[in-house]
Amino acid sequence: MGKTIAEKILSNHAGRDLKAGEIAICDVDFCFGQDGTSSIIIDSFNKLGLKKVFDRSKFYMVIDHSAPSPNIGVSEIHKKMRNFAKTYDVNMYDIGCGVCHQLIPQKGHVTCGDVVLGADSHTCTYGAINVFSTGVGSTDLAITLASGKNWFRVPETIKVIVNGKLPKGVYSKDVILQIIKQIGANGATYKSVEFYGDTITAMSVDARLTISNMAVEMGAKVGLMEADDKVLKWVGERSSKVPRPVKADPDARYAAVKSYDVSALAPQVARPHAVDNVSDVTELSNVKIDQAFVGTCTNGRLEDLEAAANILKGKPVHPDVKFIIAPASKEIYLQAVKKGFVETFVKSGCIVVGPGCGPCVGTHNGVLADGEVAISTANRNFKGRMGNPNSFIYLASPATVAASALKGRITDPREFKKRL
Amino acid sequence: MRPHKKHYARRLKVADNINTDYVISGRYKFKIQDPKELAKHIFEDIDPDFAARVRDGDVLVAGENFGCGSSREQAPQALKTAGFYAIAAKSFARIFYRNAFNIGLMLVECDTDFIDDGDELELDIEKGKIRDTGKGLVFDVKPIPPTMKKLLDDGGVVEHFKKYGGFKFEQV
Ligand code: SF4
Repeated sequence: MGKTIAEKILSNHAGRDLKAGEIAICDVDFCFGQDGTSSIIIDSFNKLGLKKVFDRSKFYMVIDHSAPSPNIGVSEIHKKMRNFAKTYDVNMYDIGCGVCHQLIPQKGHVTCGDVVLGADSHTCTYGAINVFSTGVGSTDLAITLASGKNWFRVPETIKVIVNGKLPKGVYSKDVILQIIKQIGANGATYKSVEFYGDTITAMSVDARLTISNMAVEMGAKVGLMEADDKVLKWVGERSSKVPRPVKADPDARYAAVKSYDVSALAPQVARPHAVDNVSDVTELSNVKIDQAFVGTCTNGRLEDLEAAANILKGKPVHPDVKFIIAPASKEIYLQAVKKGFVETFVKSGCIVVGPGCGPCVGTHNGVLADGEVAISTANRNFKGRMGNPNSFIYLASPATVAASALKGRITDPREFKKRL
Repeated sequence: MRPHKKHYARRLKVADNINTDYVISGRYKFKIQDPKELAKHIFEDIDPDFAARVRDGDVLVAGENFGCGSSREQAPQALKTAGFYAIAAKSFARIFYRNAFNIGLMLVECDTDFIDDGDELELDIEKGKIRDTGKGLVFDVKPIPPTMKKLLDDGGVVEHFKKYGGFKFEQV
């Protein structure tokens, strides 16, 4: 019987043949925590009473969620992380480096065929570069930090095939929002999702990361793609680790196979307060917005900033809209400066904040007031996500967010046809 | 484990897709580290009076996909600290599932439509049954995998690790 990508990668790391449904102890190639989860990682690690971490080269802590710190409580957590890093001689990306899910692949810490655990739910992002990566809690992470291993339930797999040339103004974000709408917030719980099809193949690696990033929004454990030449080149330019690309067997067993044709897809928007509550942008043109946000591990990469800058160039943001931009990493920030995007943003009236999560999780950098409406490129729009349970969050692509910021209401980016 | 003790059901107004942001808002997880303090704020954004109604030994009852969203372990930790003996739901999100057993909080998967807030419940994990004593209804509980039971018996994964110096599961 053939195997899925998940079955193969986990088998390689367990040293025995595994199939979906089995529980196994696997070696973990890399693990990390961020500033919302590291405090408990440290507490749990301390409870284990160990003198050193399993392998200091396989662990990082990233300060990205509330960076720089907005209050004393967070500052204390950051200090605790820095102290732990010194005591145990482990590595950190401190404030200003960027979002964990951008840094970890960008800095070459992971490669095709790896098993990666992160104490953050969007760790599934690197599935796009053929990494079995998934989010866990802090204590789980501490166990891996101590032992280099963890237990895994080998997931069943849903195969998703996406075909068709994307129309102008429609991006990978729109594709994944549409898939989440179809599969539902709970439709892939405990499962691996494998993405295939000519739409995916035609995408840049950055665009593919957006898709895998949101696999968890349908409950999935991982959102895996095969490593084609684009991926191998991307990884090769960043990582000195030897890639071990893994393909599914032609006779692999899937829990379900779903096919989508996206050649006529419209830009998609997730409405409050659920990620699977998705409509065509055209149905929402009467929704006024107070805030716009481009950034996050979903859409804070260079091509995302470029799409937004192209739409904004030379035009002022609507006077009723605060437009916040957070590049996903320092390197992306610098490139955006070089390419003139930052100048475009500032001239249009945007606020470009430091590399990191920005206002995504509502701890700083743009908390909404009661009744306010935001349109954001993030991956979650749960009630209270941006810090206020009485506000409303819509999710869309960078182009849709930028177009909406200009008009002061949710706007189809195809209205700016020449700028797409 | 105390299989036959009586518990009272606590139900939220929302049944399905209760995410970890609802369990404990992100604005607290970054500020407050003490689980006892966090426990006072559970479900604040969707049911502000809920935390005050919880009694020691209660069973939290929910629908599908409980605990979806962020990986924050503060969510199960706050629920355990609030006094919940177990959570009964139709299904759980996977990170929450791992986190709960890792900290020694029991999750049971079963049909929960028949349970109302305040119902008296009996949980028998060995036999795989949940009984609503007031209504006289009994439903099957999906068997808890032996690995998870072992973690619960050992008091969570940290204690398990300390006891055996690593993972010790049968047939793994
Ligand atoms: S950008 Fe948002 S979703 Fe991504 S890691 Fe940061 S807080 Fe989480």
